[in-house]
Amino acid sequence: MTPWNRPVLARREWAAALGLLMLIGVLAPLLHVLLPEGAALRPSTYLVTLVGKILCYATVAVALDLIWGFAGILSLGHGLFFALGGYMFGMYLMRQIGRDGSYGADLPDFMVFLDWKTLPWFWQGSDQWWWAMLMVLLVPGLLALVFGWFMFRSRIKGVYLSIVTQALTYAAMLLFFRNETGFGGNNGFTDFKRMFDLPITSPGMRAGLLAASALWLFLAFVLCRHLVRSKFGRVLEAIRDAEARVMFLGYDPVPYKLVAWVISALLCAVAGALYVPQVGIINPGEMSPANSIEIAVWVAVGGRGTLIGPVIGAFLVNLAKSFFTQAFPQLWLFFLGGVFVLVTLALPGGVISLLKRRSADEASSGGGK
Amino acid sequence: MNGMHGRIATQDEARDRRQAPGLGDGEAGSTSGGHVIRQGEIDVSHKVILYLEDITVAFDGFKALNALTLSIDVGELRAIIGPNGAGKTTMMDVITGKTRPDSGRAFLGQTYDLTRMKEPEIARAGIGRKFQKPSVFEQASVLENLWLACAGDKGWLGALRQRLSPGQGERIEQALETVGLAGERDRIAGLLSHGQKQWLEIGMLLIQEPKLLLLDEPVAGLSDEETERTAELLKRLAGERSVVVVEHDMHFVDQLGCKVSVLHQGSVLAEGDLATVQNDPRVIEVYLGR
Repeated sequence: MTPWNRPVLARREWAAALGLLMLIGVLAPLLHVLLPEGAALRPSTYLVTLVGKILCYATVAVALDLIWGFAGILSLGHGLFFALGGYMFGMYLMRQIGRDGSYGADLPDFMVFLDWKTLPWFWQGSDQWWWAMLMVLLVPGLLALVFGWFMFRSRIKGVYLSIVTQALTYAAMLLFFRNETGFGGNNGFTDFKRMFDLPITSPGMRAGLLAASALWLFLAFVLCRHLVRSKFGRVLEAIRDAEARVMFLGYDPVPYKLVAWVISALLCAVAGALYVPQVGIINPGEMSPANSIEIAVWVAVGGRGTLIGPVIGAFLVNLAKSFFTQAFPQLWLFFLGGVFVLVTLALPGGVISLLKRRSADEASSGGGK
Repeated sequence: MNGMHGRIATQDEARDRRQAPGLGDGEAGSTSGGHVIRQGEIDVSHKVILYLEDITVAFDGFKALNALTLSIDVGELRAIIGPNGAGKTTMMDVITGKTRPDSGRAFLGQTYDLTRMKEPEIARAGIGRKFQKPSVFEQASVLENLWLACAGDKGWLGALRQRLSPGQGERIEQALETVGLAGERDRIAGLLSHGQKQWLEIGMLLIQEPKLLLLDEPVAGLSDEETERTAELLKRLAGERSVVVVEHDMHFVDQLGCKVSVLHQGSVLAEGDLATVQNDPRVIEVYLGR
């Protein structure tokens, strides 16, 4: 873990990171739109979607690092906020299908299949994009607020908190698997046709989503960095390191944890909303406990408590994942487990510590890892 | 041996359970119990800063505190001694809101009902606590440790904008001088020696500007010279603040030269200056055993 205020990267490394993000979030979308299909420099649809997806994952990793790396709250249920954001926006995408579904009906296909005659009450308003965006923030945000309040007020922490969050996402997954819940059961939402009344698979839309994902990662990163460098962040770290001392200094840890927790959930929710139109599907599998654990792996591999580390971790693990699941599908889980063990044993500070170790040598002091 | 472990574990568990809010947390959120006359000021019109009356705390039937009654005057320096298990730490826990008593009353001044306040509220009302094991923020520098401890707004909204103010900087410098860590201000607290950590924690207490300081074995693990300096510091502090020291080290208590309360089985066995107390036959029996 980084001591407070110690720079994570050198100035030129930050510049390189920003340059890379511009490359991904500005240049790549432009090339994808402007160049004709088949041009050598045109990023393929596969690549644009893959990178856009990973940008969303990276945002989730930053959000988890805010609470795990800095406040010591290891949530193993963050996939829930991501999936809920995705579902809320997915409702809008389902309504945008209109009568172009396989049944040609006003209702989404799965409702016709279930022989429902009218829209359930909670689907009202979902045909408006602004309503959907509001719900993307409101539903996961309120859930995080209420759940977090009970959790932190009851002073649940450490491994108990991890278990409780894991149980929450598991329970939500079971709930969303049911057809009666009204979110398409185990098939979830798919077959999207349009977004903002424009075809969802057009190069322009894909490029726009990639750029939006990059922008959201950037904003999330800047917000979290601002938070952790303020006194607010100092108090979070103090809570992580010695909560009792913090309380006896007169700080109430509950609102500090709760604010960080809700912000983290909101960052995930919007990332989820950006993710769904890019991958074209959302189903309860996104809420499975394994998904949430994988988020923690990205953060750990990259280096927690650094914010930039988790971004690197999300990219490394997910690029490796898409390579392995194509080349050696059976080996992927072994690889993931192996990476996790290796990083934990050899690089407890994550991949980022390779960079940091070098700058620490330059700055001589060398204390505290 | 196993039996002993078992007993200690259940006692700890009971304590943990008691610390869970929800028990007697009905008034959570209220800044104080009784009527506050002037907000933010401790009413010491009766010259008493801390008043404990008939405090009883039981963990699974074991009475850690048994009808404990104790009062500390404004500006007083008081040492609390007692054998292991006498209830010294539990008493600190009750005063700082970590443990709710089963019965009895605990007041800060005339108006703050400590049994109805949460830990941070009690800290903001003016009670500072030093733990037995030095408890500082090991990842932060000495300066940052003191900054976090500074009296002032402790809310999250303010924390988003707060910078180190010149006034705070000055007070931090003073505190650094007082505890002799001026040369270590930028060092990571985790790298300090044990004695320096103890002093840093005392510095954090001072800058918190409490009216009442509770110190749990402040000289544990300190050298003779450091112990002497600590005693001098505490004597200097008493007067403008009230100081309660829980200690095992009789030599240190002697150096403090203050009134001593002897705790035994959860209540006060004897009170007076050290010489009187040490010659009390009941105290001798407790310490030397049957």
